[in-house]
Amino acid sequence: MERKKVYVRVALEVDPEGKVYPRKIIWADGQVYEVDRISRVCPAASTKVGGCGMRYTVRICGSETFLFNEDGRWFVEAKEGVRIPDGGEIL
Amino acid sequence: MNGKFTIKDNNIHRGSERAILHVDMNNFFASVECMLDTTLRDKAVAVCGSVEERHGIVLAKNYRAKAYGVKTGEAVWQAKQKCAGLVTVPPHYDRYARFAKLAREIYSRYTDMIEPYGMDECWLDVTGSALMGSGYEIAEEIRRTVKEELGLTVSAGVSFNKVFAKLGSDLKKPDAVTCITRENFREQIWNLPAGELLGVGPATGRTLAKFGIMTIGDLAKAPDEFLQRRLGICGLRLKLCANGMDNSSVLAAESEYPIKSVGHGTTTLQDLENGAQVRCVMLELVQDISSRLAESGKKACSVAIAIRDNNLDWEQHQCPLPMPTRSPSCLAETAWHLFEAKYRIRRPIRSVSVRAINLVDEDIPMQVDFFTDFERIEKREALDRTVELLRGRFGRNIIRSAVLFGDIHMPAHNGVPAVTI
Repeated sequence: MERKKVYVRVALEVDPEGKVYPRKIIWADGQVYEVDRISRVCPAASTKVGGCGMRYTVRICGSETFLFNEDGRWFVEAKEGVRIPDGGEIL
Repeated sequence: MNGKFTIKDNNIHRGSERAILHVDMNNFFASVECMLDTTLRDKAVAVCGSVEERHGIVLAKNYRAKAYGVKTGEAVWQAKQKCAGLVTVPPHYDRYARFAKLAREIYSRYTDMIEPYGMDECWLDVTGSALMGSGYEIAEEIRRTVKEELGLTVSAGVSFNKVFAKLGSDLKKPDAVTCITRENFREQIWNLPAGELLGVGPATGRTLAKFGIMTIGDLAKAPDEFLQRRLGICGLRLKLCANGMDNSSVLAAESEYPIKSVGHGTTTLQDLENGAQVRCVMLELVQDISSRLAESGKKACSVAIAIRDNNLDWEQHQCPLPMPTRSPSCLAETAWHLFEAKYRIRRPIRSVSVRAINLVDEDIPMQVDFFTDFERIEKREALDRTVELLRGRFGRNIIRSAVLFGDIHMPAHNGVPAVTI
């Protein structure tokens, strides 16, 4: 399935060492997706939608997906056909 | 044997032998654009300068475009004649700088001896990084890591000197590692054209070819006396390189490179028809040169100019300045007199460059004489400093010579909008 790059709002938790943990992804229409688990963090490129940065492998609603921190901006590899609410940014 | 790794190759980079890597990011500008915009990936893509600003040449292309014969440096219209479906994209230097920095961060995990060679190439000395593996193993790991983390491919050359490492990275592209060892370099590279060797440019290549020196092997075996006579000391150095005797070191990342010259050039939006227009452009160019000389605490002892006409023929000339200076008016005046003395306008002029060369520290002692009016020079320098101060505070167009209010269209530069002079 085709993917597209969608920048999203993310609620973060930062520990005293400065490590960053994404806790919630907030879609432009206000829909909130809780991050159940972070299984891996590594620098990586997104081969599906382009771009690179720190890649978080996260579990959301039972399925695993990638969340990228690209120089302070966060994006997901959204599935084509998924409705992007008004205000959502597709690059 | 090209690019093929053997256990013997692997071991040769352990122990006392130097292990030098040259890492080249393949089709760098075009690869970054294709990586960031996935819709470009299955298309022939070229990164091109602005046609409107008359920088309309191919700066980089991807492999699909290359397959159509598109070449770096050719005009956009020529490239489109070869490949009708060519997608052209404007350059985004901020993106390239970011990816070049990220790549260097990856290299720095293995060594601090990193010497950049342009934006997309680096030499790495990994001799002291044996705990992380042999030269080949480190090169392989860098290749994989850059691909995974940045989504870009690199080709790497591994050898016991910089020249062969550079040659190695050109032998197999993209996404590959090539080893050139002390044992195999004769079989591997001596049959390659002499022009492949770093330091043999088109002019040197033509000189060598005139005397039947066609390959790197021919160069390696050429008599010293002949090379010195024809190419001077450079000829002898090239022979040493061809024989694997290049001992130059990889400069550490924090090394400061001495500034040898400060230049600025521009392609005007319309061709220049006469000397007065060239003078105006020179006056505009030297303002930036003077600012940069001041930033680096230097003064110039000579000036060089380069002029390109609309047939793309170019000439360059240089001459000494009366005294070390960074005064824009003095630089412009000397550049202008040089132009008047040496250049004959045969065709309309497309681009003009001025360079301040033979730089010295600003506080270097200076021999004075009875005939120069130093008071006048000091007054002029004070005026130049004030102009510089104003430009720094309020922008480069806040104060300008009256002659610059004309009708020559200069392209935008470093984010500063285009101006008409």
